[in-house]
Amino acid sequence: MENMLPLAFDIGTALVLGATALALVRLVLGPSLPDRVVALDMMTVMIVSFCGVASIRYEEPAFLDVALALALVGFLATVALARFAERAVVRKKEDEEAEAEAREAAE
Amino acid sequence: MMEFVVSFMLIIGGAFGVIGAFGLIRMPDVLIRMHASAKIGTLSALLILGAAALWFGDAGITVRVIMIVVFLFFDRAHRLAHDRPRRDLHRGAPLARREQCRPRPQSPCPCA
Repeated sequence: MENMLPLAFDIGTALVLGATALALVRLVLGPSLPDRVVALDMMTVMIVSFCGVASIRYEEPAFLDVALALALVGFLATVALARFAERAVVRKKEDEEAEAEAREAAE
Repeated sequence: MMEFVVSFMLIIGGAFGVIGAFGLIRMPDVLIRMHASAKIGTLSALLILGAAALWFGDAGITVRVIMIVVFLFFDRAHRLAHDRPRRDLHRGAPLARREQCRPRPQSPCPCA
């Protein structure tokens, strides 16, 4: 019972880092852009969790400020990447339409 | 007693994180991966940050933790679990075999 808290710190840190590593595997494997965005989100949240564990472990509340900033950045990154993916679809469609029109004009 | 609760929340939170990451790797297509990582990942962060708030027991730190959780919820619960999957589908992310959706010519695509 005495050593429970340090042990919990170690286990918690190891589990959170393991989850980050697994998300990194998915980030590397892909296969499409949305998969990578999801993996990146998972990594951000796991790093926020890691900041929480570290703040308890080192008795340092400043880590929670890091986590707050990281949560904000993760939110904005998700929104930006979602917009990017959506506009990529629109652009692709426009390109295809322009191509079809050009083909018709040539005929 | 407090030590016990904090240790429990840390370990359970870490375990949920690993389970969510396993879901991210093992699930067959992007929507199910999102389902795994968004919900379980948020729960894991919630447990660990709640442990931090309990451990410090300070009003300022609790407010900070609540703000982190609110931002995470904005991100995950809304974007990941509802809005983005639709866009990804229309972007042509590959689906698992039995989940292919049929094209419906009558309903115009809402997000194109």
